[in-house]
Amino acid sequence: MDEAMKNVLDWNWGAMAPELVILGAATLLALLDLLLPADRDRRPLAWLGLAGILVAAFFVWRNVHAEPTHILYDMYRVDDFANAFKLVFLAGAAFALLLAVADVGPGGEASGGAKAIRDRGEYFYLFLTALLGAMMLASAADLIVLFVGLEVLVLSSYILVALRRRYLPAVEGAFKYVVNGGIASAITLYGMSFLYGLTGSTNLFAVGEGLRDAYVSGNDYLVYVAFFLLVVGVAFKIAAAPFHMWAPDVYQGAPTPVTAFLGVVSKAAGFALLLRLLLTVFLGLSNPLDGTPLLFSELSPYVGAVAAASMIIGNTVALRQTNVKRMMAYSSIAHAGYLLVPVAALTPMVFSQMVFYLVAYLFMTMGAFAVIQLVARARGSEDLRAFAGLFRRAPLLASAMTLFLLSLAGLPLTAGFIGKFYLFLSAVGREMYALAAIMVLTSVVSFVYYFAVIRQMFLRTGEEDGAAVRVPPTVGTVIALSAAGTVLLGLLPDPALDLLAHTFAFAEMFMPLTD
Amino acid sequence: MNGHLLTLLTFSPLVGVLALLVVPRGQTALIRAIGVLATLVPLALSFVLYANFAPEGGLQFAEKVRWFSIPVGNMAFPVDYEVGVDGLSLPLVLLTTLVTAMAAAASVHVRQNLKTYFVCFLLLEVGMLGVFTSQNLFLFFLFFELTLIPMFFLISKWGYLEREKAALHFLVYNGVGSALLFLAILTLFVRVGDLSFTRVAKALTQGAPLPLLSDTLALVLFVLLVVAFGVKLPLFPFHTWMLRVHVQAPPPVVMLHSGIQLKMGAYGLLRMGVGFFPEVAAKLATLLAVWGLVNVLYGAVLALVQRDLKRVFAYSSISHMGIVLLGLAAMNATGFTGAVFQAVSHGFISALLFLLVGVIWERTGTSTVTEMGGLAKSMPVASGMLLAAAMASLGLPGMSGFISEFLAFLGLFRVQPALAAVGALGIVLAAAYLLRAVLRTTFGPTPEHLAGLRDATAVEVVPMLVLLAFIVLLGVWPAVLGDVLHHAVQTLAAALPGRIGG
Repeated sequence: MDEAMKNVLDWNWGAMAPELVILGAATLLALLDLLLPADRDRRPLAWLGLAGILVAAFFVWRNVHAEPTHILYDMYRVDDFANAFKLVFLAGAAFALLLAVADVGPGGEASGGAKAIRDRGEYFYLFLTALLGAMMLASAADLIVLFVGLEVLVLSSYILVALRRRYLPAVEGAFKYVVNGGIASAITLYGMSFLYGLTGSTNLFAVGEGLRDAYVSGNDYLVYVAFFLLVVGVAFKIAAAPFHMWAPDVYQGAPTPVTAFLGVVSKAAGFALLLRLLLTVFLGLSNPLDGTPLLFSELSPYVGAVAAASMIIGNTVALRQTNVKRMMAYSSIAHAGYLLVPVAALTPMVFSQMVFYLVAYLFMTMGAFAVIQLVARARGSEDLRAFAGLFRRAPLLASAMTLFLLSLAGLPLTAGFIGKFYLFLSAVGREMYALAAIMVLTSVVSFVYYFAVIRQMFLRTGEEDGAAVRVPPTVGTVIALSAAGTVLLGLLPDPALDLLAHTFAFAEMFMPLTD
Repeated sequence: MNGHLLTLLTFSPLVGVLALLVVPRGQTALIRAIGVLATLVPLALSFVLYANFAPEGGLQFAEKVRWFSIPVGNMAFPVDYEVGVDGLSLPLVLLTTLVTAMAAAASVHVRQNLKTYFVCFLLLEVGMLGVFTSQNLFLFFLFFELTLIPMFFLISKWGYLEREKAALHFLVYNGVGSALLFLAILTLFVRVGDLSFTRVAKALTQGAPLPLLSDTLALVLFVLLVVAFGVKLPLFPFHTWMLRVHVQAPPPVVMLHSGIQLKMGAYGLLRMGVGFFPEVAAKLATLLAVWGLVNVLYGAVLALVQRDLKRVFAYSSISHMGIVLLGLAAMNATGFTGAVFQAVSHGFISALLFLLVGVIWERTGTSTVTEMGGLAKSMPVASGMLLAAAMASLGLPGMSGFISEFLAFLGLFRVQPALAAVGALGIVLAAAYLLRAVLRTTFGPTPEHLAGLRDATAVEVVPMLVLLAFIVLLGVWPAVLGDVLHHAVQTLAAALPGRIGG
């Protein structure tokens, strides 16, 4: 056996078990979709996909306690940074699949296009391929793997958004998404090319090492260029201002389960990418004159500026929205801003802060979109007014929605509050008072639009009083789990905080592993 | 039981909430009964508390449980569930349970969605009680924010014509207020590494060898607190939302708002503003006194020209809350005592006033002074009560208003005689606007459509009598509150630089 062959077999492929399971499930679903008669109901495929996700989650969880490993010459590493993000992705994808099954049932997605989805298997397996991309992204220790993961994620997402091809907003959203996403990918790639050019390596750790030399040897401005290009590219992905323009149209045009998936999984993947890049590549850089770490002293204000712009633009423009999904898009822009606060402050807590908030965000956003999906279907409209009188017709649903909205607004006893509190700490701790002030004050602005929905549910009376909203069991499960998560993380955050701080070994991500 | 008395007290209204959730919507009598009974439990418990409180002791009935901790590197910042009462918070706890019970009784005229109404009502009580019982910045903030949500619903669903706008104003103004508070709290948390009121106060006033905060930061934090609680109090120019709430919210909710929630501002100012930053407070005393003066006069002058009874009382509240600030600005024990007395006294008086406004509205469908007259003929009991409440409000000796204003001004006269003298003008104006409004309503010719109104019924008279009884009790036997307050106020004043005791 020659050398290369031996290595291929020697590698610990078991570390990649979660990805392999998802890949297998996606392939299986695609094949089944091909083989099944065209008019056959594709919903069982979703359950297969869900089973795949559960198996994958099991393997990820087993990896949490294992030593960090890597394969393919440290191109692909399995450490707790990746594991934590993968668990978020898997949970988000599972929720999105559950929403999607109900979406193609009787009644289907509102405002046209229902038939177009019902007998399309790709509606289900594209979630899996997107998920695979996100997981690769989280585990990447190499610029190329990073980029491939990113593209697998976004290409699947483009198609998912465009799935209702006879529905005009879907087409518009998908078009904007492809164009903007393509530009973003190009910019990211351009930024990466600088990193490669400066260091001659695509391995993130080698790049980090090499960048130090490049910086000292007079190429410092190229390092800055690389940094800014990468931040711009990532800002597109996480829908942070001023590169957020695509989000409202995409959120509105996509089927609601896809919107929820983009809002949670895609965004979380963007943050995984951001952290991995910033921390492994730029953290070691320091100013040769006074030895201050570059990322802290010189680069963090720029991240802070993006955060501030996102919070301000997201929260103020959301005030004017009448379409709930559009409003949620601006809300998600604002949340990208909140999540960038710890990145700007960059304390050792950044990982647990971000993951905690992403988990909280997963619950409250998935729950909110689940309710939006049901209401939009029952009323045939995604307008704010579709929520009128919901409390009368479906008190439990309205109460759950209230809980999610209060959590999104960051009011106490919810996951959102603890999450925000945790994010704030680092900003105040590093004396970034302006950023902290913007965060609290724009949160107050957000009360107005979140409460606008609450007002519709409780204070307005709908046209067709008495007509109950049908809650399919799958969506009901998502809502119940989300509500439980939102309350539990709000009331008893300790286990989660403790787990993040102590079980997940975040520092591993800085250790290069060699064969 | 003593070990968990405060937790029991704070969360006891939740029992009512649970009971309400299982009662069918149609059972209005049962819902009403549960709603009122649920407020009597914390009331009874607070009497037990008052009876067992040792005036000379500091913090009592304290409970502390580790809630969660924020891991930072190898350390962990603990966040505790910490409750307790001292002389400063105990009177306000009693005020809360009492006024809430009376407001629940006064909710007889609420008919729409009664179940939801009482659920919100009781949740609000939990929030308000929590504000006064928590001994920890995080917990305090949590309850402080918690009051916003039920209050928003209570205003926007059961209020008058422009209720939603009023509710939104309430939400945004108070939201900004609590946002500023949050910033201050977090900064303190990060700097001191602790959240407990007593330990933070200790660390800031005497604790560390090195000052934890620079002078500028201390000043900024103090200003943040003053603005945050100033919105609640409310201080001019942050008061506009409060006028809307007083006019648009249903009367029992205004009783809660005017009677209790405004006091959360006064409490916060004393507990955190003066308690944490005595030196800054002392330095800014004159400024605060002037600010208080502006409130007293602004409120009084505008109350003079209002035609709506609710607006008269709303502006009167602004004026009377100005007196709280004057007492506080005196920066001595007498002034502080006056401030708390004023807070408690105004709580009872304004609750009574708005209870009466509700009763009158129920009969006449109006609260415009000029559209009424001669109510004393058909409604002698209610009119008599209105007159009594007005007398208490303008500070007639023998009633609570007199003691509180007397003490507040006495404290201020010692240090700022000129300002105090001008402030006393507010009392004169109060006599003018209250008598004008009340006499115009109750005496004089009766418009035809207002003849033969039903007087206050027994259900309405009971809460009036109870409130009036407490107003008189405080007036003739101020020691019942003063003794409890004494120790806490002395402690606060002792921390002030150079002005011990008084």
